[in-house]
Amino acid sequence: MGRSVKKGPYIDAKLALKVERQAVSGGRSPIKTWARACTIPPDFIGHTFMVHNGKQHIKVLITEDMVGHKLGEFAPTRTFRGHTNKKEAQRS
Amino acid sequence: MPRLIGVDIPNDKRLEIALTYLFGVGRTTALKICADLTLDPGLKARDLSEEQLTTLAGYIQKEYTVEGNLRRELASNVNRLRDIGCYRGMRHRRGLPVRGQRTRTNARGRKGAKKTVAGKKSVKGMK
Repeated sequence: MGRSVKKGPYIDAKLALKVERQAVSGGRSPIKTWARACTIPPDFIGHTFMVHNGKQHIKVLITEDMVGHKLGEFAPTRTFRGHTNKKEAQRS
Repeated sequence: MPRLIGVDIPNDKRLEIALTYLFGVGRTTALKICADLTLDPGLKARDLSEEQLTTLAGYIQKEYTVEGNLRRELASNVNRLRDIGCYRGMRHRRGLPVRGQRTRTNARGRKGAKKTVAGKKSVKGMK
């Protein structure tokens, strides 16, 4: 189920403010954030975010194609290193 | 057999069915096309006149994305997801279900036929 159009996309207010300030000052340092649920509006393009994945902050550079997605989609929360295959299991 | 938009050759079936042989046209769209061109959906495809065929082809190409164009559009949608490095793109790359379905069991449509792992306990045994 999508979000009601009436409300508009969810954009983290504090984060938007920070981006705005950075856009004015011209700074391009990565912004640390925990707001994974924040939808990416067009003004975020070109900014770099450090998106929390529950453990670390993952560097994400926003490009045009990412607009409309949420920040969390770019910082995976799970690590899957593959299943042990037979040979490896025997060695250990 | 008449030809309609490239390689598609609907045979001597009713028009509403014959049109569904096009990739991107199902029953609903087929009936809608017939209605829009005031053609009888029960008409056999072989009974279509040259003129009717050209109007059909022209109309479908103008109003709908079908066949190659549709396939290309779908592929480009998936490729966009792959390229931006988002979660859904990752699932596409790995050939796993994209919309949050379980993968402990099932998901055979995406993962392909079962690969049996020796010594692995069954789902029942894992409880």
